[in-house]
Amino acid sequence: MPDRSEFPLWEVFVRTRGGLSHRHVGSLHAADAAMAVQAARDVYTRRMEGVSLWVVPSAAITASDPGDAAQLFDPAADKVYRHPTFYTVPDNIRHI
Amino acid sequence: MYTTELSRNTAPSVVCDDAERLAAFEARVAADEFIEPKDWMPDAYRKTLVRQISQHAHSEIVGMLPEGNWIGRAPSLRRKAILLAKVQDEAGHGLYLYCAAETLGTSRDEMTAALLAGKAKYSTIFNYPTLTWADIGTIGWLVDGAAIMNQVPLQRTSYGPYARAMVRICKEESFHQRQGYEAVMALCAGTPEQKAMAQDALNRWWWPSLMMFGPPDDASPNTEQSMRWRIKRDTNDALRQKFVDVTVPQAEAIGLTIPDPALRWNEDKDGYDFGQPDWDEFWAVVKGDGPVAADRMAARNKAWDDGAWVRDAAIAHAEKRALKRAA
Amino acid sequence: MATDDLRPARMVQAMRLGDDSLILGQRLSAWCGHAPTLEIDLALANIALDLVGQATLLLGYAGELEGAGRNADRLAFHRDVRDFRNCLLVEQPNGDFARTIARQFLFSAWQLPLFQALARSPDPRMAEIAAKAVKEVGYHVEFAGDWVVRLGDGTEDSRRRMAEGLAWCWRTTGELFAADGMQRTLATAGEAPDPAPIRAAWDARVDAVLSDAGLDRPAGTDAVRGGRDGLHGEHLGHLLAEMQVLPRTHPDATW
Repeated sequence: MPDRSEFPLWEVFVRTRGGLSHRHVGSLHAADAAMAVQAARDVYTRRMEGVSLWVVPSAAITASDPGDAAQLFDPAADKVYRHPTFYTVPDNIRHI
Repeated sequence: MYTTELSRNTAPSVVCDDAERLAAFEARVAADEFIEPKDWMPDAYRKTLVRQISQHAHSEIVGMLPEGNWIGRAPSLRRKAILLAKVQDEAGHGLYLYCAAETLGTSRDEMTAALLAGKAKYSTIFNYPTLTWADIGTIGWLVDGAAIMNQVPLQRTSYGPYARAMVRICKEESFHQRQGYEAVMALCAGTPEQKAMAQDALNRWWWPSLMMFGPPDDASPNTEQSMRWRIKRDTNDALRQKFVDVTVPQAEAIGLTIPDPALRWNEDKDGYDFGQPDWDEFWAVVKGDGPVAADRMAARNKAWDDGAWVRDAAIAHAEKRALKRAA
Repeated sequence: MATDDLRPARMVQAMRLGDDSLILGQRLSAWCGHAPTLEIDLALANIALDLVGQATLLLGYAGELEGAGRNADRLAFHRDVRDFRNCLLVEQPNGDFARTIARQFLFSAWQLPLFQALARSPDPRMAEIAAKAVKEVGYHVEFAGDWVVRLGDGTEDSRRRMAEGLAWCWRTTGELFAADGMQRTLATAGEAPDPAPIRAAWDARVDAVLSDAGLDRPAGTDAVRGGRDGLHGEHLGHLLAEMQVLPRTHPDATW
């Protein structure tokens, strides 16, 4: 104690039903990918939560740095022309 | 299923040379924003969270033992399936919570090691024995009822992974209390022996259940800091009052008597007055002197030790297969 | 043969299969809270829940066929050891994790082709129960088979334990494929599969997994039997003593 090594951590993504994207639901420990898929099934879909699973080694995820959040995301704030509501079209013009 | 701070020491005081960051952090928390794993946070916040979440996780895992004690003796196939599914849920909840704590930089193995070495705390309630089948229903009714009261507000706790784990846990636990009450109801509607069994269980579990909310507010030094940090959202005494107020009518409805001679309705405060649990007993149980505390730790240690060769084998196999694929 | 004439054989079949699931579910559920990892704890509980569910359906059906007013609970909690009809394999004690996995794998690898065949039975009730169970058992056999491979291939210690677990359980596997009067009656009516193709499917699955695990077939006998006739090992009585204690102590109670 502790063991010579701990099972690696995996992130679990579940597709809740056909047509939807896989969504992150949590994580778990497993020694290999097959074990991770089975554990994901046993841990995260006991109440019919899903129809498909992804597991990804947590170590394989590259995340953005919260310190960069301002430079990454704030510049999008003033690009209002990307949104349909930016444009005025008279009420009598249909299907646009 | 339980989150009350069990440390008698005050939390480490916040020493921080980065006053600006701290102020920004406190402002975010005060505005009910979520803090995420990679965000900056004061060291004391991180430490308090790891302690609280791991303590909560340990409680789920140790909490499997008293109820697991009756899976093999559940008196019908339906009750067997319900109990097994419920105890299995506790394993899941421990797992979600360990994962939430791991995002703060402490591994599950480290937390497990602390538990097994007797250095970590878990809820005092699980150091009492389950003697009869009625204890199983009573635990679902009272202990899970108390836990839900603690946990529902924590869905809005400031630490994102903890809050998300609590959302999942609260959703899953919604059946736990109901199955317990239903089981007690069945006993109360049954033979005189069954009814007596139910009353006996209530007599034994009532006071330990009240203790689950933690010591009185004036003996709970960390409450203020934890509430400011939104990792605790109500005081111990407020939750305890709420629990008594909702539980007493539930007992009366099935003809059970709360074992508290001081219990009476107080019109002025629109709630019950009730007696205090034996706080000396509480602190003794926190210290590890509970009736079956040694059994609980022995069982957890045995499971961990007996499983070591399995975990080693799985790692060794994964390494061998990875090498084979690389070759 | 008219359906009424098949009734006793159908009852025996439902009871045997129901007892298998019940006893193994009871055994497996003892792992709850004690498994090598939390993830394995949840997995074993899921399998146990599937088995308890199967037992509930199968024993319920057996009780209906018997027509003596016994429901699934009555059959589970108020029969003595000589009246249980489970195979010897499922009553074997848990032992270490390797033996539990060996028992699960050898059993599920038999249950799967059997239920696949029963899902096509002209007996609609049995077909329905079996069709539901096939999906559950498909997962059980994969889960257990993967662990046989991990433990067989893992470390020296795990390899030794896996081989020992398989050898222990192997002794009772011949019983799974035995044919008797009940079996032949139902087979003639197309309501029970011929043991030979079940055996072939089992052999293929077992050999594939053992080969992946780098393990040999156990060398000893597989001919220890008796469970289908109520001739059990000594372990089963203790299991029943625990499982049945409340309903036996309070015979008039409902729970």
